[in-house]
Amino acid sequence: MADDTLFSEVLDPANRADPYPIYARLRENPVSRQRDGSVVVSTHAAISSLIFDPRLSSEDLPPSRRPRTGNPLRDWLLNPIKNRIATAHRPLIFRDPPDHDTLRHAVMREFTVARVQALRQRIARDVDALIEGCVGRDEVCLVEDLSYPLPVAVICDMLGVPEADEPQFQAWATQLATALEPDARHDEASRHRTVAAFDAISGYMRALIREKRRRPTPDLLSALAAPGPGGKAVMGDFDLISTAILLLVAGHETTVNLITNGMLTLLRHPLELDRLRADPERAPRVIEELLRYEPPVHFRTRKALGTIEIAGRTIRKGTPVILLFAAANRDPARFDAPDRFDPDRDDNQHFGFGGGLHYCMGAPLARIEAEIALVALSRRLIAPRLLADPPPYRPGASLRGPENLGIGIDGIAPLPT
Amino acid sequence: MNAAAADAGIVVVGASLAGLRGAEALRRNGYAGRLTIVGDEPHRPYDRPPLSKHVLSGELAPNATELPELLALDADWRLGHAAVALDRAARTIRLGDGTDLAYERLLIATGAQARPWPDAAGGGLANIFTLRGRDDAARLRTALAETPRRVLIVGAGLIGCEAVSCCRDLGLPVTLVDPNPTPLARSLGTWVGGVIAECLRDAGATFHAGAQVLRFEGDAAGRVVRAHLADGRAVEADLVIVALGATRETGWLSGAGLMADAGGVTCDGACRVLGADGTPCPDIYAAGDVARWPNPFYGGRLMSVEHWGNAVAQAAHAACNMLAPAGAQQVYRHLPAFWSSQFGINIKAVGLTEGADAVAIVQGSRASRRFLAVYGRAGRSIAAVSFDQARWLPAYADAIAAGQAFPPIRDASDQGAFTPMAPGFPPARATSTHIEARHG
Repeated sequence: MADDTLFSEVLDPANRADPYPIYARLRENPVSRQRDGSVVVSTHAAISSLIFDPRLSSEDLPPSRRPRTGNPLRDWLLNPIKNRIATAHRPLIFRDPPDHDTLRHAVMREFTVARVQALRQRIARDVDALIEGCVGRDEVCLVEDLSYPLPVAVICDMLGVPEADEPQFQAWATQLATALEPDARHDEASRHRTVAAFDAISGYMRALIREKRRRPTPDLLSALAAPGPGGKAVMGDFDLISTAILLLVAGHETTVNLITNGMLTLLRHPLELDRLRADPERAPRVIEELLRYEPPVHFRTRKALGTIEIAGRTIRKGTPVILLFAAANRDPARFDAPDRFDPDRDDNQHFGFGGGLHYCMGAPLARIEAEIALVALSRRLIAPRLLADPPPYRPGASLRGPENLGIGIDGIAPLPT
Repeated sequence: MNAAAADAGIVVVGASLAGLRGAEALRRNGYAGRLTIVGDEPHRPYDRPPLSKHVLSGELAPNATELPELLALDADWRLGHAAVALDRAARTIRLGDGTDLAYERLLIATGAQARPWPDAAGGGLANIFTLRGRDDAARLRTALAETPRRVLIVGAGLIGCEAVSCCRDLGLPVTLVDPNPTPLARSLGTWVGGVIAECLRDAGATFHAGAQVLRFEGDAAGRVVRAHLADGRAVEADLVIVALGATRETGWLSGAGLMADAGGVTCDGACRVLGADGTPCPDIYAAGDVARWPNPFYGGRLMSVEHWGNAVAQAAHAACNMLAPAGAQQVYRHLPAFWSSQFGINIKAVGLTEGADAVAIVQGSRASRRFLAVYGRAGRSIAAVSFDQARWLPAYADAIAAGQAFPPIRDASDQGAFTPMAPGFPPARATSTHIEARHG
C-alpha cells in the first residue's frame, strides 16, 4: 500500500487543537507506514499486542544525541560525565531491560503509595493557595495560575529539589521534554539546545545529589542517593542523575496537560462540571475518562529490533514505531461511543499513562493532583467560561496541551469551612 | 426423553471452579431451565491456588477464598454430599445421603483429589497432611501455627515447593524429599528446576534429591515423628505434607458404562463423555481436571489439564456445546498454562514441556533468576516458562501456538544467550498412560 503522510498532519501545529479526525483516518490502517519510513500504530488491539512484544525497544534515538566534534577522544575528554549520561546512562524511559528494570525497581521502591498519599494535604494546601491568588480577578489563566506551578511544586517537594531553584531549570525542563517530539528531534538547532539543557541540568543535579549525600533529607532523591542494604548505592551516579532529571522533567511537562485538558473538557461539558461540583466522589471517574479522552501524552516512539508481523502487516527490523496511544483511546473497536466524554463508562482500559513496562511511574501522583485541582476548581470558580475555544496550544504533538487557558469568572467562592 | 427427565434440567456434578464457571456459561448462553449443582464439600465454590500460598502463610483466611459468582445462577445447590453413582438408563445420580437426583443433561466436573500416603506405610499417623481443599488448608495452617520442630514435605512439584516457600517464610525448618535431582523436574526439567534448588538452599530449606520416603514412624500417641528414606537415612519431622499429585474423582462413575478410570473420564474433542463402546454420550459432558480429551493442539492426543485456566475455559466450552445441536459441536483447543509463586518468584508457563529435547533462555538470565526460557522439541517451540518475566509471555505463547521454530523471536530487547541446553526431564513414570499437565 502507498505510504501515508497522515502522521505529518498530526505533527502540523495547525491540527493541534483537534487531532482526533486524523487519528480516525490513521486507525483505518492499524499499522500504517509513513513516508519517512516510520510506522504509526493506532488501534487498541495492535498497541496492546506491541507493548508486550520483546522486539520493541525504547532505546530509540537518544534524547540528546551530542553533536560530534569528529574526534571521539576529544568528545570523551570534553565532558566525560555528561557524555556518558547522554549515551550509556540515558533516562530509563529510553532504556530496555534488563537495565531499565533495575532502575525502575529502584525508583518504585521509593515512589511508594505511602509517599504519594502523604502529599495529599500538601497538594490541597497548594491548590487552595493558588486559587486564593486569583481572588479579585475576573479571569483565571489556568496554566500559569495553577496547572503549571502545582505539579512543579509537588515534584520539587517529593524529589527534594529546592523550589527556589525552579526558575533556573524551568527552561531546561521544557527544552528536554522536546525529546519526545519528532519534529524537535529532527531539528539540528533544537537538538543542540537540548544538549545544552541536558548539560546544564546534569551539572545542577550532580551538585544537588552530592548535597543530599552529605545532608540527607526525607525526600526521594536522598533515598535514591543513600547506600542500599549492602552499603552499595542502588544505582550508579550517572543513572541517578539521569533518573532525577527524568522525574523532574516528567513532573513539569505532563500533569500540567492533564489539569488543563481536564478543565478545558469540563468547561466544554458543563453538565459534567456541575456533577463533579455536586459530587466530588466522581473525581476518580472523571480523571480516568480524561486520561482516555484527552491524555497528556499522545504517543511514544519505539524501534523494532526484529521483524514483527502484526495486524496483517510486517514491521521491518530497525523501523521507528510510533505508538499512538491517544488514537487507541478513541478506538471504536474497543470503546463504545469513543468520542463521547462519559465519566460513567465502566470499561475504560485506556492508554492515558502508556502501557507495558514503561507505564507511567507517576500515575498515582498525577491522579491525586488532577483530582484535587479539578474538584477545587469546580467548587471555587464562580460561573467559569472559556474565553477562547479552542485555546492556543503548546507546540508539542506528543506532550499535547494548551499553552494557556483563559477562564472568565464572576469571582472566587470562599473556601468552605 | 421422558417428561420427568426434561423437568430435571441440567445437573453439574462438582462445585469447584469448573462447575461454577460451567454453570455460569450455561446461564450466559441462554439456558433458562432447571440447574442443579452438586458438591461433595459443604462450601460454595472457592479458589484453590491461594490455598498453598496465602492461606498457608496466614495472610488469607481459608474462608476468604470463595469464588465470586459472576452472574445470578438461580441454581439449586446440593452441597455436602458427593455423587456416588450414575445410572444412565434411569438418568439419575445417587448422592452420598442416598437420594437420587434426576438429570436431563449432565456436566461432570468432579475434579481430582490429593494422592494420599498409604496407611500401610504410616499414612494414618496424626500430623500428616495433604493439601487439596479448603479444609485441608485450614487444618494445615493450624498445625503450622503450632510451630512444629521440622516440617517434612514429600514431593517437589509445584504444591510441594510452594509449601516449602511458605514454611520458610514462617521461619519453620523444612526438609523436602523428591526422587528427582531437582524440584519441579517433571514439569520444568532439571535445568530450570535447578534454579528452584538454589532458591531452596538460599531460603535455608534442606533438599534431599534422589530420595524416597519408605514409611513414617509415629510416637506412642500416634503422631508422626520421623520418616525413613529408601537409602537408610531418617528425617526427624513432626509435621508432614504429602504432595504427590492428584488422582481424578471418577470412582463414582464405575459401573456407569463410561470410559473412566483414575486418570480421568475420556471425552471426544467436543468434551462429550465417551461410553464404554467409544461413542460419545449426547447428554453427558466433562470439564476441568477430570476431563481427558483429544487436544487438537497436540495432534489430538488424549490429555487432561489440571490447571486453573483450563477449568475455566473448558467448562465454558463444554457448556456452550451442551446447549448446541449435535451438528454444531465445537472442538475444544487449549494451550495449557499455569502459574506458581514461590521464593518471591512469580513463575508462569505456557505449553506442555513433555518430550522437550532442548531449552534455551530467550530473555534475561538464569543467574539473575529473572528469565524467560523456551522449550523445543524437534526444532519447534513447544512451551515457555517465565521467572519474573511474565510481561513477555503472551508474545511467546503466540509463537508456541503458531508452532514456530525453536528458539522463537530472535531479536528481543533483553536477549539471553541462545545456548540450547538439555532440559533434563526424568524418565517417564511407568504408570503414566497419558499426559498429565499438573498445576500448583
